[in-house]
Amino acid sequence: MTASPGTGAADVRACSPGARVRRLAALMKKETLQIVRDPSSILISLVLPVVLLFLFGYGVSLDATRNRIGLVLELPSPTSRGLAAAFQASPYFDTRIGLDRREFEDSLVRGELGGIVVIPSTFASDMARRGGAPRVQVLVDGTDPNTAALVDGHVQGVIGNWVAQRAIEAGGKQAVAGAQSRMWFNAELTSRYFLVPGAIAIVMALVGTLLTALVVAREWERGTMEAMMATPVSSVELLLGKIVPYFVLGLGSMTLCTVIAVSLFHVPFRGSAGALYAVSSAFLIPALGQGLLISAATKNQFLAAQLALMTSFLPTFLLSGFLFEIGSMPRAIQVVTPLVPARWLIPSLESVFLSGDLWPVLLKSIGILLLYGVVVLALAVRTTRKRVA
Amino acid sequence: MWTRLLALIVKELLVLLRDPRSRVILIGPPVIQLIVFSFAATLEVKHVDVVVFDRDDGTSGGELARRIEGSPSFRTVTPVHDPAELRRAIDQQQAIAAVEIGPSFSRDLVAGRPASVQILLDGRRSNAAQLVNGYLGQIVSTYIADENQAAHRVATVPRVVTRNWFNPTLDAQWFMVPGLIASIALMIGLIVTGLSVARERELGTFDQLMVSPLRTPEILFGKALPPILIGCIHVTIYVLATIFIFDVPLRGSLLLLYVSALVFLAAVVGVGLFISALAATQQQAILGAFLFMVPATLLSGFATPIANMPAWLQVVTVIDPLRYFLAVTRGVFLKGMALPEVALNTAPLVLIAAITLTAAAWLFRRRME
Repeated sequence: MTASPGTGAADVRACSPGARVRRLAALMKKETLQIVRDPSSILISLVLPVVLLFLFGYGVSLDATRNRIGLVLELPSPTSRGLAAAFQASPYFDTRIGLDRREFEDSLVRGELGGIVVIPSTFASDMARRGGAPRVQVLVDGTDPNTAALVDGHVQGVIGNWVAQRAIEAGGKQAVAGAQSRMWFNAELTSRYFLVPGAIAIVMALVGTLLTALVVAREWERGTMEAMMATPVSSVELLLGKIVPYFVLGLGSMTLCTVIAVSLFHVPFRGSAGALYAVSSAFLIPALGQGLLISAATKNQFLAAQLALMTSFLPTFLLSGFLFEIGSMPRAIQVVTPLVPARWLIPSLESVFLSGDLWPVLLKSIGILLLYGVVVLALAVRTTRKRVA
Repeated sequence: MWTRLLALIVKELLVLLRDPRSRVILIGPPVIQLIVFSFAATLEVKHVDVVVFDRDDGTSGGELARRIEGSPSFRTVTPVHDPAELRRAIDQQQAIAAVEIGPSFSRDLVAGRPASVQILLDGRRSNAAQLVNGYLGQIVSTYIADENQAAHRVATVPRVVTRNWFNPTLDAQWFMVPGLIASIALMIGLIVTGLSVARERELGTFDQLMVSPLRTPEILFGKALPPILIGCIHVTIYVLATIFIFDVPLRGSLLLLYVSALVFLAAVVGVGLFISALAATQQQAILGAFLFMVPATLLSGFATPIANMPAWLQVVTVIDPLRYFLAVTRGVFLKGMALPEVALNTAPLVLIAAITLTAAAWLFRRRME
């Protein structure tokens, strides 16, 4: 038994490359067996991805596809009835019609209605008058700002289409239409399409950082890590022996997610598998390094779990731009986002799934992720050494 | 009985507060969550980049482009000069939307023909794209309406005047911060319970507790009350931050909020005790709590509305305690929710608390025998 890691490292340097490879292979075999036999690993790498994917596929939806609204016709006329019919025909709204807004105000407070659209009594005459300024009033429930803005947008859309329809019916002589919009890459506007790549990023962050941090922290807690350090294995070999099996596990979870996403959720996959694996591998390196660093720094499962959630899960969820727009965040937080590895993974994943291999985007992201990987791994090796000495 | 119970509670609190690592867990994550969530978790779309492809041979296209530039929603409005450049800007995510003004825009406007303005959006970010579409659509129709009115032409595009109730400026923090009160209560309730029970079980001191003169209900209450107490402290800190730092209006009664919070915490601690009773190791307890917390948060309406979920999943959310307390925190703050509504949302929590606490007690007793 060597007493200090310093002499241990010297022994390693004296070893033949063949012995080193054998030792590494033995370490990886040991780790792999541990993964296969540990229910927590299976839970994180197989059950959690499926659960998360289902939650993001079905549960998390920003598509306010069918909103209940109340439509108030203050003075029924052919014009206002026409507009009301347009609302009733719209797939976005489940429309109830009334004659007074007070009928609907209580429902709006209770959250049963998303909004009230009021067509004022002067609407028809304003529409017909030269230089008239017809108005439609919209009251929306602002407690959920996103849904409120979408309801407002859909109301604009219904009115725009109605105006265009009238123009066509009148032989193009009567009205001027608003803008026509076209959505690229995601014509049906399913938020699932961009939420699923985000879910894959979260799964890889969890397998890479949370699982590694938990497992290695337990080894530190129980002292088996020190026991390994006392063997001729160098700390680099030890970490490599841990990284490779979890790297493979991470890619496995990613593959599982992709298969489910494409086959079950029908998320388009327009890029290539090569690009997907390249960018995922580049992401897993800093993620695994972070897990090792956290476990070596805390040596405590509870603290490691908390730190992993705080520094990996939360930033991946919040600061990567997959759900929340980075451009809308305050400056101080925007400056931090480039440090979040997932911030570079998400655009690449979105491209690989929805638009194809965009190598300028992919290569830049891969380069940055690899750079982070090298830095974090170097830190992890240093911390592991220092902790033993 | 009361002295024994009190002794156990005091012991639990001391164990929690004396350990520097638990102190880190109790203070660090809540502060980070408050800061990061309240500032970063916004679905608002501001400062986005758009490009304008003006093919109009008259002057109206240029005026419309200047209106778009004048809007505060956009960070940069860049002119592009051919379709390939437009395509590249969206492909490479340099712009989220492109406005293409047709060659006959000015003439159509004067002649009263449908004018061709196309908005092309990056559907990969479908939510942001829909919101940008709304902004751009409004600018275009307002412009056309103004032109029509100025020229005294007939049958204009009607103006849509929108008023947002409860949150007039659609401030994202008004939505997020009251929700955080509910989510921090969930997190603290689960973590503190997990910390106290799972660790004792792994260390073997839980068996010692079981053979002490304390009876199972006493142990259960002794383990359940400290997390509820600490949860209340966190709720109070978050309520104060909501009112004084984030200036969210408090329109309802704080008393109702606290009654509901106590019942919610009891339900959460019940879930935490149940998980701890099932788990053999700390690691399993941590993962179990996580596996409960993520779905509970995602299905509660915390970030995305329950109404958007498929019908069968909406049924599942009925057993999610966070869903009810979230309705109470948002309702009390923004809508001035009154007693009947609060009671309606607290009743299911009473039921959930009763079920989970009973189940946990049963599991503990079974483990002991």
